[in-house]
Amino acid sequence: MIATADYIRILPEIVLTLFGLIVMFVDPLLPESRNVKPLGIIALIGSLGAVAASIYQMRYPGPAFWNFVVVDNFSIFFHLLVTIAAALVIMASFEYLRVQEIRAGEYFGLILFGTVGMALMSSAVELVLIFIALEISSISTYILAGFRRRDAGSVESSLKYFLLGSFATAFFLYGIALMFGATGSTDIPQIASALRLNGAPLLAYVAYALMFVGLGFKIASAPFHVWTPDVYEGAPSPVVAFMSTAPKMAVFAVLLRILFVTESPSLLAGSRPVWFWWVWGSAAVSMTLGNLGALVQNNVKRMLAYSAIAHAGYLLVAFAAAPEAGISAAMFYAASYTAMNLGAFIVVSHFANAGERYVTLDDYTGLGRRSPLLAMTLTIFLISLIGIPATAGFFAKFYVFSAALKANLVWLTIIAVVNSAIGAYYYLRVIVAMYMRDSTQEIPVMRVPAGVTATLLCSVAAVIYLGILPGRVLEFATRSAQSLLR
Amino acid sequence: MLHLILFSVFAVIAVAGALNLLVQRHPISSALSLIVVMGSLAVEYLLLGAEFVAAIQVIIYAGAIMVLFVFVIMLLNAGVEERTKGSKVALILGFPAMLVGGLLVAWVLLRAPNVGSVNVGAMYGPPKAIGWLLFHDFLLPFEVTSVLVLIAIMGAVVLASPVRSRFSRPQPEPERQALKAAAGTEPAHEETVTARRSS
Repeated sequence: MIATADYIRILPEIVLTLFGLIVMFVDPLLPESRNVKPLGIIALIGSLGAVAASIYQMRYPGPAFWNFVVVDNFSIFFHLLVTIAAALVIMASFEYLRVQEIRAGEYFGLILFGTVGMALMSSAVELVLIFIALEISSISTYILAGFRRRDAGSVESSLKYFLLGSFATAFFLYGIALMFGATGSTDIPQIASALRLNGAPLLAYVAYALMFVGLGFKIASAPFHVWTPDVYEGAPSPVVAFMSTAPKMAVFAVLLRILFVTESPSLLAGSRPVWFWWVWGSAAVSMTLGNLGALVQNNVKRMLAYSAIAHAGYLLVAFAAAPEAGISAAMFYAASYTAMNLGAFIVVSHFANAGERYVTLDDYTGLGRRSPLLAMTLTIFLISLIGIPATAGFFAKFYVFSAALKANLVWLTIIAVVNSAIGAYYYLRVIVAMYMRDSTQEIPVMRVPAGVTATLLCSVAAVIYLGILPGRVLEFATRSAQSLLR
Repeated sequence: MLHLILFSVFAVIAVAGALNLLVQRHPISSALSLIVVMGSLAVEYLLLGAEFVAAIQVIIYAGAIMVLFVFVIMLLNAGVEERTKGSKVALILGFPAMLVGGLLVAWVLLRAPNVGSVNVGAMYGPPKAIGWLLFHDFLLPFEVTSVLVLIAIMGAVVLASPVRSRFSRPQPEPERQALKAAAGTEPAHEETVTARRSS
């Protein structure tokens, strides 16, 4: 018998699916030239409804559907993150879809359905369900990357992402199969108790490694990062804003749950988990390769893609750190990164104009004079990505680095700090171009529509709120970390 | 003992079929070796006591899906694949590397005292047990799969529908200029697909 509380525990997913279906049903009823706004508003209501449903869930913590999903502070945190990111991207996409002649029904539908997968990933505690949710989120992003059908780059981006992504998913699935072989279960708490009883057999090590390969691809961490710049360059910019934040953070939630819950006994005993050195190495290599790659980029979208690789590295530093402080630092980093990266890509998206034409650094010269709003907001996002105080990026890095120091990871912290310094150079280069160099060419700056303005203001507000009053979010993250490790 | 021998034989056939799938240059040959893989997997399932899954494997995968594959390949009239330099590198470097990696994993697993395999028993075999698992324990993943299928259909609609312009109404001035400028750098409608294929 399925209780009502079970349905409440998957309420955000139900709301998102329902509104996705409504979008699909309303789409054919509207004339194609004028359907962006009504469909967008339906999708926006759906995503905001999912935000409300996630908040409502706080009163109903606990497992549902025979322990396949669990509602706890951790799942609610990531539910809020992905649904808010979806709402912001939907709000910012109206104008882009109209100018690019993109089919709005499928676009909004895929964002909503993709968010179903991401939301489920953060609450699922069973590997088969996690796999299906991961596939929902991945396949919808593969398709979204190819939405600019008339541009060969977008089709290439979609195909490349699809082929490499399917390959990575196969690794993850193989890891699940071996984990089942090693422990006799695909349920994460049961895996944890089986590993505690029998010790970790060798098969479990192989399973961890394969799962880390699959998930490492999805978060674009080195050495599985090679696809990132090409895919981000070709995909439509609002889609990049979405896929560099929400699906990635959902995969981080999965990684946190799998890695920490299955190893919680040894972590709480103070010993290093079996996956410690892989995460350490991947973090160090991601940060270094990401930042060095970004230094030589002239295309702002590619530069931000390399910066995304570097940020995945910073986030992995938190994984290697002390468990409780590490999890909460990683969660805080996820929230800050979502706010600042989403905002930065939305600015790039609007400025790139029809056909994604203006994306090089030279195009950004003199933007400070031509469009103060875009230049101002982009500056805030970039200084937050650098990690300057009074922005979200500062506290995010501060918590991660201090958690790493607490665990005596001196070398990893040194690598991370040096990398932050390298990163400052290429972010500042964009700011210098915008304010201190005169533009050499005539670039039409389009009027900033209301949806984009609203998205940018929300992201700026989030960046500054997290940068000045980080306490409440961090406290929530700490409580989630405790509920995860218990 | 006979069980183990049969299992090993069909495992080798499956892996050989998969490798043959990769090295064949004609799509039909690849599709036919995929049938070999599917068939030998069905035998493996049968040997493991999962008779229902084995039957489904033959009916759905080796039957329906492969027929669809072969039909599509024949309808598309796909020719022999042209090898680029990159794929030769993959052939020379990739397969030996894969072999070394596989042997390494096998060596480590065989040497380890505690590999840690578990006995699942015969409970997954009969249709009743599978039905109970699918519609009771795994109800949520089962239902969520419908969303997965739905987005796959949406993806096919989006990516396969003809590209068309819907701009018949008058445009605001700056956008029209931007579009006009953009048209110069972007290939026009249908050419995109063919241009990509030939490049």
